Amino acid sequence: MLKILDRPQEPGAFVYQLPYIEFRRFQLLYQKAIISVVKKIVPQNTWVQHLRRIQLDQDQKAFAELFGYFAPRVKAFLMKSGASPSMAEECTQEVMVTLWHKAHLFDPSRASVATWIFTIARNKRIDALRKQRRPEPEDLQWGPESEPEASDILVLQQEANLITQAMSALPSQQRDLIKKAYFGDLSHSEIAVETGLPLGTIKSRLRLALSKLRKTMK
Amino acid sequence: MNEMTQIKHHLTDQILIGYSAGTLPEAFSLVVATHLSMCDTCRASAQAYEAIGGSILDTETQTTLEADALAGTLAMIAKGSIATKPTVVSDVPTPLRDYVGGSLRDVKWRSVGMGVRQAVLKTSKTATARLLYIPAGAIVPDHGHRGTELTLVLQGAFRDETALFSAGDVEVANEDLNHTPVAEIGEDCICLAATDAPLRFNSWIPRIAQPFLRI
Repeated sequence: MLKILDRPQEPGAFVYQLPYIEFRRFQLLYQKAIISVVKKIVPQNTWVQHLRRIQLDQDQKAFAELFGYFAPRVKAFLMKSGASPSMAEECTQEVMVTLWHKAHLFDPSRASVATWIFTIARNKRIDALRKQRRPEPEDLQWGPESEPEASDILVLQQEANLITQAMSALPSQQRDLIKKAYFGDLSHSEIAVETGLPLGTIKSRLRLALSKLRKTMK
Repeated sequence: MNEMTQIKHHLTDQILIGYSAGTLPEAFSLVVATHLSMCDTCRASAQAYEAIGGSILDTETQTTLEADALAGTLAMIAKGSIATKPTVVSDVPTPLRDYVGGSLRDVKWRSVGMGVRQAVLKTSKTATARLLYIPAGAIVPDHGHRGTELTLVLQGAFRDETALFSAGDVEVANEDLNHTPVAEIGEDCICLAATDAPLRFNSWIPRIAQPFLRI
């Protein structure tokens, strides 16, 4: 969307400016329509709406609410990963800045907001605490004229909730072991392959989301 | 990448969990990220493991922040956006581009004997990543590993005692595997490999050369 606004002004640009403005208006209307559909079916507590509002309207109120919920959790996560309180505080703020600037990259058909923020916090930990670079796979994005389907968003967000429920149902010893792996207390050779969590459904949902996305990219 | 559907050899769950949890050495993460760019099956698995991280974060006991944390964050936001890297057309998957300096043409190869060439990539020291160039039909010296070795095929194919590995395939080898990879006839084979301990060559000449060649 920004790409269109950033289009350089060339001499005689007004000749094709009009269709562009029309296209842009159509795009915004389309996005608003998608949002109203998603609003109805995705429960408020998944935070998907908040990220959309940050992305489309630079909505500081939505950001403040997200911040109020996630920043204390990110700070706790970083402290458990070995950061001092002051470093965790600084890194948390940087994580939330990244969230603001990268809100347009969040894809609710492939991650919950908590999962997405986790990946930003994890990368910050690798960068700031372990002083390493973090190679990430090739970025896949929906083009300006395509969006994930509302039903795919709904199902994925539900699947993410189910994992949280399954986590809390695990025996505490096993849950603690998984947590240790994610706080960086276990090396990869110490990680148990069997998590005891039912991940089959979310894996096939994610696989499906990726193949739909690949189709729109072709 | 169009070879996606033909990928037969995938990463192990252990490696994928380590990548999603963010605990792999950088060299391993480079191989994983490159494979994930080529393999949607492993990419979906890695994202499922990230969802576990999301659950942990979501149910985390909260810590209090400084009173001015939100104001401070908004001030940082107001200072400007994060620079995004321009997309460069390349013959290697995105994560590898930065490490090779653009494309395979920019790689500074060094001979390791018998026509095989390699280039060590700059990563953190806990593990080593390198590119291997094996001419069609050539043999990589017989070697074992003290730790884990990941070998991802970028171009061509190789065969060892266990199976045939083609573009996009990744071999996960542990200490118990002593193998002699041979590049298939027809096309030169280029691999991205990572090890967390030095390779152990089974003949003495490469063993002496090892410290100098950094393999």
